[in-house]
Amino acid sequence: MIQTDIAIALPEILLACFAMLALMAAVYTGKDKTAPMVLWTTAGVFVALAVWIGFGGSGTQEAFGGAFIDDGFSRFAKVTILLSAAAILLLSQDYMTRHGLFRFEYPILVALAVVGMMMMVSAGDLMALYMGLELQSLSLYVVAALRRDSVRSTEAGLKYFVLGALSSGLLLYGASLTYGYAGTTLFEGIVSTLHGGEHLSLGLLFGLVFIAAGLAFKVSAAPFHMWTPDVYEGSPTPITAFFATAPKVAAMALFARVLHDAFGGAVSDWSQIVAFLSVASMFLGAVAAIGQRDIKRLMAYSSIAHMGFALMGLASGTEAGVQAMLIYMAIYVAMNIGTFAFILSMEKDGQPVTDIDALQNYSKQEPGRALAMLVLLFSLAGIPPLVGFFGKFYVLKAAVDAGMVWLAVLGVIASVIGAFYYLRIIYFMYFGEERDALDGSMPIVGWVFLMGSAAVMVFGVVNLFGIEGVALNAASALAN
Amino acid sequence: MDNLLSIITFLPLVAALILALFLRGDDSAAQRNAKWLALIATSATFLLSIFVYTGFDPANTGFQFVEERDWLLGLQYKMGVDGISVTFVLLTTFLMPLVIASCWDVTHRVKDYMIAFLLLETLMLGVFCALDLILFYLFFEAGLIPMFLIIGIWGGANRIYASFKFFLYTLLGSVLMLVAMIGMYLDAGTTDIPSLLTHNFGTETVSVLGIQVIGGAQTLMWLAFFASFAVKMPMWPVHTWLPDAHVQAPTAGSVVLAAILLKMGGYGFLRFSLPMFPVGSEIMGPLVLWLSAIAIVYTSLVALAQHDMKKLIAYSSVAHMGYVTMGIFAVNQQGIDGAIFQMISHGFISGALFLCVGVIYDRMHTREIDAYGGLVNRMPAYAMIFMLFTMANVGLPGTSGFVGEFLTLMGIFQVNTWVAVIATSGVILSAAYALWLYRRVVMGDLIKESLKSITDMSGRERSIFAPLVIMTLLLGVYPSLVIDMIGPSVEALVNQYNTAVLDAASATAVAEN
Repeated sequence: MIQTDIAIALPEILLACFAMLALMAAVYTGKDKTAPMVLWTTAGVFVALAVWIGFGGSGTQEAFGGAFIDDGFSRFAKVTILLSAAAILLLSQDYMTRHGLFRFEYPILVALAVVGMMMMVSAGDLMALYMGLELQSLSLYVVAALRRDSVRSTEAGLKYFVLGALSSGLLLYGASLTYGYAGTTLFEGIVSTLHGGEHLSLGLLFGLVFIAAGLAFKVSAAPFHMWTPDVYEGSPTPITAFFATAPKVAAMALFARVLHDAFGGAVSDWSQIVAFLSVASMFLGAVAAIGQRDIKRLMAYSSIAHMGFALMGLASGTEAGVQAMLIYMAIYVAMNIGTFAFILSMEKDGQPVTDIDALQNYSKQEPGRALAMLVLLFSLAGIPPLVGFFGKFYVLKAAVDAGMVWLAVLGVIASVIGAFYYLRIIYFMYFGEERDALDGSMPIVGWVFLMGSAAVMVFGVVNLFGIEGVALNAASALAN
Repeated sequence: MDNLLSIITFLPLVAALILALFLRGDDSAAQRNAKWLALIATSATFLLSIFVYTGFDPANTGFQFVEERDWLLGLQYKMGVDGISVTFVLLTTFLMPLVIASCWDVTHRVKDYMIAFLLLETLMLGVFCALDLILFYLFFEAGLIPMFLIIGIWGGANRIYASFKFFLYTLLGSVLMLVAMIGMYLDAGTTDIPSLLTHNFGTETVSVLGIQVIGGAQTLMWLAFFASFAVKMPMWPVHTWLPDAHVQAPTAGSVVLAAILLKMGGYGFLRFSLPMFPVGSEIMGPLVLWLSAIAIVYTSLVALAQHDMKKLIAYSSVAHMGYVTMGIFAVNQQGIDGAIFQMISHGFISGALFLCVGVIYDRMHTREIDAYGGLVNRMPAYAMIFMLFTMANVGLPGTSGFVGEFLTLMGIFQVNTWVAVIATSGVILSAAYALWLYRRVVMGDLIKESLKSITDMSGRERSIFAPLVIMTLLLGVYPSLVIDMIGPSVEALVNQYNTAVLDAASATAVAEN
């Protein structure tokens, strides 16, 4: 039995072993001198694992007594996580080197966080869920504070840690309540205690609410979003880029997993909670960012609003909803990688600049990069024919299909409000006054990711690169 | 050719890509190349669209030149035209070369300017050709991007405010339409427009937030579409973005906005609101008629008070669009014929009027009416052309403006006499503001020092106006050119509408007994 269990969880085990080996190797050899090699190897391992998982896996398999599930849903999420993590690692090398932050621990910590995320999306048990979540979170706390000599980076790390610990506590409390009332921590077991009844018992309902609150912290959904802008702003930019992508996918996938696998019989109970989180996030993300001039804080609010949209898919409680959420997250990650590649290149006289006012006259100076950013911003705003629109389209369709027309209407109104701040960045780049623009050069890797991401947004209109069918398969594995 | 419409639609896009990828530098040679390439591409598009005109069979009320391909799951890439849309396609392809020619003197970021207009042409043609709901929405909404940039980059002093207002206003209108479209998709199970035209959407009374909505789903969807098209038209009271956008947009941008983009609203009413939600239209129709009547009188009065020439013409556009919405929601042959004719004719006339403003703006760099006077002394040819289009704007018989106004008024008179009476007073008001504008700008003695050396129109400017003059007069004396093309399609639309309304009424009667 143990062999089959290990075979099913082999990618995670290999990645964990790799991280440990790389740590040992780096410590006993050149330390920071080996950092570039460690980084590229880690990224290579991520891509290799993504290919392996993406093409190799099939069907649904359970390991360790159902605590670890390998199905289409988890594979979709894992591939997205691995690829985005690899992209962010490659993007960060140049920035980290130039600002003296490049330590060998960074890729290793990212690798460990990714192991945690892969555990999260495969979790079939509340214990496994918690273990994955904590492995991820602990690694992330450390990378947030990577810039040891910066007050803001340390503050970001500490803030993230304290609030993250609080959310973990909430989640753990919810898990213990659930265990108490369901008598099991296995998702299969929890769902079977519902006996096909329409509503949860009071104790399970409380458990569900606490778990949802804990997970809402992780996806930074309002009203549990408070840490996001500060952590985004304080962390070094490559770390911010990482926070905005892979962990969001993992947390959102975990959210879907818990709701559908553990509480699947009581859609009517949690759908309102998720719908509330969704509406609150969309409006908070749209309204709070209007006054922001710091592009990293702005991206934090943008990600809150996007999480609101992804949650709209979950709120519909259907297979189409999960499919829409997966498509939305994949598109969101693709957009954010390009956007952060751009933000990483925002520099003046060798110093990073985050004020969007500094982008004035940028389109004159760097027409190519400005155009790519223009495409990405319109895509983030969800304007057709760019791919960002299709993400919104699927989510709205799922919501309307589930009879939540009001949610869809609120969502589109929020997206119009949100369009304002994306337009304002375009305004600075294109309509702004003539003055010295930013002079940051862009490494070739960054350029490739920026242009590639913009190209994906434009050419995705043809067939969305077939992601639709893949996401449907993934969703059908979950919502049965 | 099976894919003629696709070729026409995407030819400008191809030209834009060539410009973007292969044209380097910003010297005068590169600028000239960009302009010529854009002019050639738009002209070629126009020439190709002549094949659509010759190959189009007006007697066939279905869609022609249809092409179909699978797109994303459940959606299709489907293009086609019927009598209603073919006229708009021709209007667009006809005007775009003139628009490009009119910005020959632009020197600021010429290449980008040309790319924006070429992109815009593709998107506008796509709107009129699309036969898939989501494909339509894609083109409809995407048009905001180039227009936002055109106003924002090449616009006047207050361009930022105008571009943001334009973008957010129209976006807010159309996102509600998106939700309704998704609802239609789920209800009918398809996004194919020809199939949706025959689908009966629910009319059972539903309760929304405690309000009983008669006409049910049809009324709600009608309202969502109305939000989008009324903003786009624009109808009073959601017209306020238009004067701002017009005043700040560069001349060519104003021409496109007035001549083509506004027509998308009217086209949308004809393509979606009337045939797909007949019961909703029947319930809400009177509201539209009264809003139109208010728009005609109110915006005409506002136009009288303007100091800025572009703003005056912008308000006049809103008033003229009032005739269009009125004609459409009269839902009879004359009314809709007149509305489409008015849209086509307004495309030529308002486009020409904005070009007229552009001619003197290029020379004096002001649009203040008070800054001019007595131009006839130095610019006889200009005075002549401006005169013609002023008269056409007023609706003088013999110009195309007359036919549209007359037909819509005739259509509305059969439906609602009071609205017709109020709307007719708008004809007098339009004469008042248009002639007064003409008097203040062109007539009188040339006493202003700054105008003493103003020059008359160049050969290039004259040749831009020539096609517009010809079309305005030709349609004025021979309206059958358009009416024959749209007639059968409009008749089918009116018949289908009346049948659907009668069916719904008898169904309700049966249910009540």
